[in-house]
Amino acid sequence: MNLTSQIPLTHILVLSALLFFVGLAGVVIRKNLITMLMGVELMLNAVNINFVAFNHYLFPHRLEGHFFALIVMAIAAAEAAVAIALIINIYRRFHTVSVDDIDELKY
Amino acid sequence: MNGSLILFYLLATAIVVFSIASVVDRRILRAAIYLLVVLVAIAGLLYMMGYQFLAAVQLILYAGGVVVLIIFSILLTSQINSRLDAPKLSHIVGAFATACTGVSLTLVAVYSFAFKRTDLEPVVVNMRSIGLELLSVEPSGYALPFEVMSILLLAALVGTVFIARKARS
Repeated sequence: MNLTSQIPLTHILVLSALLFFVGLAGVVIRKNLITMLMGVELMLNAVNINFVAFNHYLFPHRLEGHFFALIVMAIAAAEAAVAIALIINIYRRFHTVSVDDIDELKY
Repeated sequence: MNGSLILFYLLATAIVVFSIASVVDRRILRAAIYLLVVLVAIAGLLYMMGYQFLAAVQLILYAGGVVVLIIFSILLTSQINSRLDAPKLSHIVGAFATACTGVSLTLVAVYSFAFKRTDLEPVVVNMRSIGLELLSVEPSGYALPFEVMSILLLAALVGTVFIARKARS
């Protein structure tokens, strides 16, 4: 399938901009650590769409965007694993995952 | 209108609608399921652009790995039916204003830039070319990022085990 002749690049960029800022709003609104992590995942995916779209539309003679997206995915998986280990550990100690109640190091 | 055009706009609508639902829904398990829908739709988008390998990795790593981890940790830390507290109005207004400002700034930038496509011959994306480029040590190869990534994954593995283990009392 070849998208380049049918859909302009700007439509994909608009889609990824919307996705990125929805994720950002999720990180700002939410107080639960797990849902904040979900917002971060949305933002990383928006970035991935951009990398792949630029690769596909503007520089199809190389695979740079493809490999960058691959590396972002691997780092996102590692980040999610470490974050969830931290969240489980925080829950064990404080019996909550709300960022408002985890203020041991404050003040 | 043809098939792939309709499919693209269907996927785009699904991505936007379900990502908003995932951010807004106060039932946390449903939010995770909406996130799963968004990730699968993004895999479809990657497939449409001709990157089958990346779409498969997206499905395996995100839909199969990260979402399962998130659901697992939701079940460990809260009741299935529990609802999150409603966020403060000031936070909602602030987040909405931030998102609207960001989207409009991005749109201005996107629509005022003239994107220029190269005239060079497109490379064929198949498993052979991906594997050869990923392990190539030529200036255009990706052997160094590949190795750095493997060290990062090892560090993440060791760090996760160290953080999550039960401290001896």
